Amino acid sequence: MSTPVPAMPVPDMPLLDLRPAPGAASRARMFAAQTRLELVLTLRRGESVLLTMIIPVGLLAFFAAVDVLPSGTESSVDFLVPGVLALAVMSTAFTGQAIATGFERSYGVLKRLGATPLPRSVLLAGKTAAVLAVEVLQLVLLVAVGFALGWDPDGGPAAVPSVLALLVLGTAAFSGLGLLMAGTLRAEATLAAANGVYLLLLLIGGVVFPLSKLPGWLRTIAEGLPTAALSDGLRHVLADGSGPGARPLIVLAVWAVASLGLAARTFRWE
Amino acid sequence: MAEILAVSVAGLMKSYSSRSAPAARSGSRRRAAAPVVAPAPARGPSPDGRIRAVDGLSLSVPVGSVTALLGPNGAGKTTTVEICEGFRRADAGEVHVLGLDPIADAAALRPRVGVMLQAGGMYPGARAGEMLRLVAAHHRQPLDPAALLDRLGLTDAAGTPFRRLSGGQQQRLSLAMAIVGRPELVFLDEPTAGLDVAGRRTTWELIEELRAAGVTVVLTTHAMDEAERLSDQVVIINHGRVVAAGSPAELTRGGAEGQLRFRAPVGLELGRLLLALPDGTTATEGPAGHYLVEGTVDPQLLAAVTAWCAGNGVLAEDLRVEQRTLEDVFVELTGSELRP
Repeated sequence: MSTPVPAMPVPDMPLLDLRPAPGAASRARMFAAQTRLELVLTLRRGESVLLTMIIPVGLLAFFAAVDVLPSGTESSVDFLVPGVLALAVMSTAFTGQAIATGFERSYGVLKRLGATPLPRSVLLAGKTAAVLAVEVLQLVLLVAVGFALGWDPDGGPAAVPSVLALLVLGTAAFSGLGLLMAGTLRAEATLAAANGVYLLLLLIGGVVFPLSKLPGWLRTIAEGLPTAALSDGLRHVLADGSGPGARPLIVLAVWAVASLGLAARTFRWE
Repeated sequence: MAEILAVSVAGLMKSYSSRSAPAARSGSRRRAAAPVVAPAPARGPSPDGRIRAVDGLSLSVPVGSVTALLGPNGAGKTTTVEICEGFRRADAGEVHVLGLDPIADAAALRPRVGVMLQAGGMYPGARAGEMLRLVAAHHRQPLDPAALLDRLGLTDAAGTPFRRLSGGQQQRLSLAMAIVGRPELVFLDEPTAGLDVAGRRTTWELIEELRAAGVTVVLTTHAMDEAERLSDQVVIINHGRVVAAGSPAELTRGGAEGQLRFRAPVGLELGRLLLALPDGTTATEGPAGHYLVEGTVDPQLLAAVTAWCAGNGVLAEDLRVEQRTLEDVFVELTGSELRP
C-alpha cells in the first residue's frame, strides 16, 4: 500500500462535497479492500511473521541439520517438511488469526466495521483470503527451504490435489477454532490460550517427531487432534507417495464442521 | 410518505445487568454530591439487579437538523445513540431511523448512516490513511480520503499507526470515518471530547458544513457551548429521560425571564419606576444601591428604564442584561453540573 506523501500546505481548504450520496460499494470492492488491509496488517506485525514464517523455517532447518530426531528410515527432511507445513497452517489460520481477531474485537474494530456497509460475510471472506494468501507465502518459502535442504517428495504431480484438499480442510478447521476462541474469550485470554495450544500441538501434532514416540494414551488423544491429522495426511502423500488416507480427512472435516458451526453460533462481535 | 423525521424514538427502555453496562468514557459516572433537583427515579439497580440506562425516553430529530443530546456522564446518551445505530436492542419502545428499524433494516441503513463511536473501532496497527481508505472503499461515492484528512489536519498523521495517534487525532479520524461515505444522517458520540481549541473549531465548522449540505446530525456532548452553538435542537437527558427539549433560545427563554441589573443611588422609588414599565415586571433593591429588574428583557424595557432614570436625574451605572444560559437551565433541570 502506498503511503501518501504529506501534501504541501495549501492556503485554501480543499472543497469537500458533503451533500449526501449514500450507497454501498460492490462486494468485490469491499472484499478486495478488506483482504488487502488484513494481509498488510498481518505481514506488518513482527510477532506474526515470527510465528508464521521464522519459527516454521527455523524448525525445518534446525532439525534437518541436527539429526537428533528419530524419523525411522526416511531422511529427516522428508519427514519434517509435511509436519512443518501442518504447523504453518496452524500458526496462520489458528494462532495468528485468533490473536488478531481477539484484539480487533476488544478494540471495537469489528463493532465499528459493523456500522459500515461491509457485510459480515465479506469481512470473514476477507480474513479467510488473507489467511490463504499468507499460507501461499509460507508454502513457497517452506518448499524452497525444503528443496534447498534436499527434500525429495514422493507422489509427483498427482499429489497436488490431495495436498490442496488437506491444506484447505486444515485451514477451515483451524480457522474455526481460532474464531471460536477469539469470539468468546477476552483478547488477553485468547492470546495466552492460542499460544499455549500452539505449543502443545507443536509437541503432540506429529510435527517434528512421529506420534509413535508418544505414550499410547497420549497418542490416542493426539490422533484425534487436527494438527496430527494434517501432518499425517500430508506425510502419507508427500513422504509415502500414497493417498492422504481416510482418517486424516475425516478428522479434519469433523473439526472444521464442528468448530465453524460453533463459532458461527457463539461469536460475539463486541 | 415523505420523511420529516430522520430519527424518531418513543418510550425507549433499556436496562443492563451491571456487567454489560457500557463504561463511561472518563471520569466518574455521576457527581456523588450533586443535589438532585428534578424529580427523577434513583438510577441504581432496580429490584432485579439491573441498571436502567434509558427509562421511557422519547425524541424526534427533523431531517436536516443538528440535534445535541446533552447530559451528564451516565445519563443514557450513548445507550440511546447505540440503539439508534443498531448496536443495541431496546427492551421496549419504538425506534425509527430514516423511517426504518435500526436492527431489522440494518443492511439498508448502514450505507445511509455515518457513525462515530466514542472510542476505539480501529485496527491498532493500521495507519490513519489506511483506515479511512478502508471505510471509503465500503461506500459507492465516498469523499476523497486524502482531501478529508487534509481538511481535518491529519495529512501529516496519515502514515501513523492508529495506536500512536494523539487522542485528538484519533477523534478527528473517527469523525472522518463517520462522514467519508457521504451519509444522510450521522451519529457523533462526543465528537469533540479531548480536542484542543483548534481541533474543536475544525470539528464545529465541519458539522456546520454538514448541516448546510443537508446532512442530519445527532451528536452527544456535555459541552454547553457546543450544544448552544451547533444545534437547532438541544435534548437534555438525565437518568435516562428527556428533561427538556427545544432550540437553545427556547430553552434559555423558558421559565424565569431575563434580568436587568444596575447600580444607582440608594432608595430609588421603585413604585414609580414600575409605573413606567410593562405589566408583570418586578423591580427590587438588593444590597443598597443595587437594583434588579425582572421581566421580559427587550430593547423597549431597557429604553424605559434608562429613560425613567434620565427623567429623574439618576445616573444608572453598571447596567447589564443577564439571560439564563443553557448551563443555568441544565443545572436547574438536572441538579448536575457539567464538566467544562
